[in-house]
Amino acid sequence: MTEQKSDSARSLWEREYKSQVGPDERRFNRSGIEIRPLYTAADREGKTGDGDGYPGQSPHTRGIYASMHRGRSWSQRQLVGLATPKEYNARMHEIAGAGATALSMIPCNSVYRGYDIDEVDPLLLGTCGTTINTIDDMDQCLKGFPIDRTSISLNDPLPFTLQGMLLGVAKRRGVPWASLSGTSNQSDYISHFVANHMFFRLALEGSRRVLVDHVVFAGRHLPKWNPISIVGQHMQQSGATPAEAMGFALCTALQYGADLQARGLKADDFLPRFTFFFDISISFFEEIAKFRAGRRLWSRLTAARFGAENPRSRRFKFHAQTSGVDLTRQQPLNNIARTATQAIAGILGGLQSMHTDAYDEVLSTPTEGAARIAVATQNILREEAHLADVIDPLGGSYYVEQLTDEMEARILEVIAVVDAAGGMFRAVESGLVQQMIGKSALEYQDKIDKGEEKIIGVNAFTDSHDDPVPPLSRPDMKLIEEQLGILQRFKAERSAADVQRALDGLSMAAADPALNIMEKIAEAASAGVTQGEMCTRLRAELGFGHPLIMV
Amino acid sequence: MSEQVMADCEDVHALSARLGRRPKVMVTKIGLDGHDRGSRLVAGYLRDAGMEVIYTAPWQEIASVVRKAMDEDVDAIGISSLATDHLLVPKLIDQMRAQNMDDVVVVVGGIVPDQDVRMLQDAGVAAVFHPGSTRTEIVRTLIAKISEQRGAGQPDVTEEPK
Repeated sequence: MTEQKSDSARSLWEREYKSQVGPDERRFNRSGIEIRPLYTAADREGKTGDGDGYPGQSPHTRGIYASMHRGRSWSQRQLVGLATPKEYNARMHEIAGAGATALSMIPCNSVYRGYDIDEVDPLLLGTCGTTINTIDDMDQCLKGFPIDRTSISLNDPLPFTLQGMLLGVAKRRGVPWASLSGTSNQSDYISHFVANHMFFRLALEGSRRVLVDHVVFAGRHLPKWNPISIVGQHMQQSGATPAEAMGFALCTALQYGADLQARGLKADDFLPRFTFFFDISISFFEEIAKFRAGRRLWSRLTAARFGAENPRSRRFKFHAQTSGVDLTRQQPLNNIARTATQAIAGILGGLQSMHTDAYDEVLSTPTEGAARIAVATQNILREEAHLADVIDPLGGSYYVEQLTDEMEARILEVIAVVDAAGGMFRAVESGLVQQMIGKSALEYQDKIDKGEEKIIGVNAFTDSHDDPVPPLSRPDMKLIEEQLGILQRFKAERSAADVQRALDGLSMAAADPALNIMEKIAEAASAGVTQGEMCTRLRAELGFGHPLIMV
Repeated sequence: MSEQVMADCEDVHALSARLGRRPKVMVTKIGLDGHDRGSRLVAGYLRDAGMEVIYTAPWQEIASVVRKAMDEDVDAIGISSLATDHLLVPKLIDQMRAQNMDDVVVVVGGIVPDQDVRMLQDAGVAAVFHPGSTRTEIVRTLIAKISEQRGAGQPDVTEEPK
């Protein structure tokens, strides 16, 4: 009888809905999934209903820990780009005074490209990050910090020169390597080859080898270090749909896992130290479903493909950043609302750590006041909106559960395409992934151009008012010149013989797969080799990192 | 293809008729940054509109951009910038002038702070496109600027040097 009642209630609703909206336009999310006007219990009939599951239990749809944000809030990791090691150190002490126990290190773009500061135009130095070239620079950055008790995340693409310097500093200070904790944030060379080309330093095959060496090295010497962070964020920022970005990230993780197993490592030894990094777009429910689906898939894939048995191996730990691509130059203060919306999606999606973008990121590198609002946004969501109080609050929602299933299916389609191409390495080598991303980017842009996707202030609700924006300050050229002097003196004072020996050691390791390149990077940093010199030498041995150029 | 895109194509076609060939644009990135979503999109827009596009990898040396632009005899160079690479554009224009390439249009697109737009215009940049610029706006601006520079504003223009 109840069924009959609900049947007639449904047809009544359908009639009323139709009379109110008329001919309904079909709607799709960014991943191409059709979004219906209403979801009910009927949509979930006969489905497994992961909303009934518990957090901390596989397949982790509701979260990877039993207590999630209620037990420990997500951590706030804001990227700070500061010109010189001295300035970086001063700012970090300010932040530490405010109670932070983790350091995040963002090098200058010149470092990302593997050049020392005396190799590039001074106009470009220190505008986006710190000019760290030598072990002395690293020591200066970390001055006054107990590095054995501070978690350090390094934005350090391979061959991991910053890590080499950190290991050298530890040796100098008598700190055992085993006590160092942190993350190698930019170890995912596949994402650099495909999307964030700036970080792509060594040719593809060489990169593949160095990454495995890095994980092996961390396994031997750095038990508290996370050597791999897989970056779906680069793919999505580059134009992949949320489902594609998640699918590509999972395929990348599967590739790295397979490469490590091929080197003889055991899944349960390396999987617990895999971490992920994603973009959070403003497509609110889609992002929440993306994270829930990704978490569930990783939990299953680690068991199915690697035979992982340790529960820690199956946890999908991820950091996420609100999407800069969604921010607009027009009426830029609106971006504060966009970032907050994205951040809510990330929190409800169950992230472990988050970076919120500054509202002026689309105008310039972020100004200080704007960066402060970005941090406050996270605090407001946690303390005032109480978003950390309930675990997976959308679990059991007809819509969110249904969308999670449909996103999962879409992500599995992406994984099937990559599997058919021979895995992620082959799929990026051939340009398949790049083509898929390029196509999605163009399709999305076309929707905006046609007004099908509305963006406030750009193609909808435009008005002529302009929000006042604070002026951007550029690094003091005097500080840059001073830093150039420091580098010059450093080079003059080091032992040329030691440097030569260390560089030859790098060449030897590059030529002999039985040696570990990471060991040699650590030795080279201690011998006074600059990061630019290490990159130059390894590029000569393993090939320069050129991305595939496709339009 | 939308009506607007077709209209843009017709205008490029008309410009091609006046030039006696398709307008040729180099889309590139100088400096250190490697974010290329913008440059790839714009290269696609220009090609869809019927222009000939020379697309390069990021991180081009200024000297190699100038050389390639000369070799290819391009009508315009589009520089895409996300971080601060646009600060190098005045140096690019200086080197172009040294090679008598004054008639090649230079445009910049990407994250360019307001405070730098004036500096770029003073240096000789014909247009700066910010995020949110549309396909049509970019194509039409290039058509207008190339017409101006190449003296192809009128259909019966001769090849006389200025």
